[in-house]
Amino acid sequence: MKYVDEYRRAKDVHALVAATRRAVTRPWVLMEICGGQTHAIVRHGIDQLLPPEIELVHGPGCPVCVTPLELVDKALAIASRPEVIFTSYGDMLRVPGSGRDLFGVRAAGGDVRVVYSPLDAVQLARENADREVVFFAIGFETTAPANAMSAWQAKRLGLRNFSLLVSHVRVPPAMHAILGAPENRVQAFLAAGHVCAVMGYHEYPSIAARYKVPIVVTGFEPVDIVQGIYRAVRQLERGLAETENAYGRAVTFDGNRPAQDLIRRTFAGCDRAWRGIGIIPDSGWRLRQELAEFDAEQRFEVGAIRPEESPTCIAGRILQGMAKPHDCPAFGSACTPEHPLGATMVSAEGACAAYYRYGR
Amino acid sequence: MCLGVPGRIVDVHESNGLRMGMADFGGARREICLSYTPEAAIGSYVLVHVGFAISVISEDEARETRDLLEEIGALGEGSAA
Repeated sequence: MKYVDEYRRAKDVHALVAATRRAVTRPWVLMEICGGQTHAIVRHGIDQLLPPEIELVHGPGCPVCVTPLELVDKALAIASRPEVIFTSYGDMLRVPGSGRDLFGVRAAGGDVRVVYSPLDAVQLARENADREVVFFAIGFETTAPANAMSAWQAKRLGLRNFSLLVSHVRVPPAMHAILGAPENRVQAFLAAGHVCAVMGYHEYPSIAARYKVPIVVTGFEPVDIVQGIYRAVRQLERGLAETENAYGRAVTFDGNRPAQDLIRRTFAGCDRAWRGIGIIPDSGWRLRQELAEFDAEQRFEVGAIRPEESPTCIAGRILQGMAKPHDCPAFGSACTPEHPLGATMVSAEGACAAYYRYGR
Repeated sequence: MCLGVPGRIVDVHESNGLRMGMADFGGARREICLSYTPEAAIGSYVLVHVGFAISVISEDEARETRDLLEEIGALGEGSAA
């Protein structure tokens, strides 16, 4: 496939690794933010190709992982209602709440359906006027334009049986939280390419300057990822802390303006709890008041929810680059993808799940 | 989750008030929303995430990777990234 195959050539990956090896003179800790990149790095063995001086730590950019347990429990409660068709991206179905997961709700008779796009959920609402269709609108900035459009499309079509359970999170506040922590180890970031396709990277130069870290906008194919690492290491070795774009074919400085406009008209900023990390100020988006009719949290009363997390799990430290999966006593024994204890094992893109699957 | 797949637009149309299109992903075809990429036309390559084109892929910028590989001396026979 054009724009895919040419970024998977082993020869080019090895050339960039060799250039990185030539450039590096001392240890550096780099964080890739996006869970999709974590998965690609471990799947393609990029972490094992790199010179030993370079340590990759894995960031919090897996929306399935960081969706707070309380909201998963709310989803389970809403999905269990007989009048509801609960729709979700496939990744959310096996995320356990305090008890069961959405698959369990479906096994118990709940109408839970996977959709490819939130517009498919809108279409389901049109076709099922006697049912309540709820879409689990999780995700980072990449997914926000699609979720936003579904609310406006439901409004345009005059649907009264469609709502969104919103748990949106944003990348820049998480970068501030990680870099501002006293235990921070991260010396450079690979910024998430598809988040930047939507938002651009104009928010990053001030972060790079404030914390003196290089930030390299990075894509998802092996050549893209190793290119991002090489450019970050090149900056570190030269003592620079600049923002550069290693994913220019998909990302511009300003990002996608029409998408940003609709995001602004749809969502307002809010504090958000990140599973494993806790509340990060102004790190989330919620539906604006003028779209409250489409807010599932306001439409369905689910009672008080008191989520219970595992006391053993160290997902929060892993998501902030302070620990690696093997530092956890439960990794691979009490905690596996089939029986995850916490955030980083619940999704294939979580660092623990990727390490488990590919035998790190 | 933030998976994005490049697809080539083979058709543009309107549906329920939205600018939509058909995209070809190496043989597989799927309807996508083009509301956020008004500049995309038939033949354009777009990056698609959950049924929405979120950016138009730039051929000029794609050459940057080739330039970098040339700079580090990687480009030989059979390599064109």
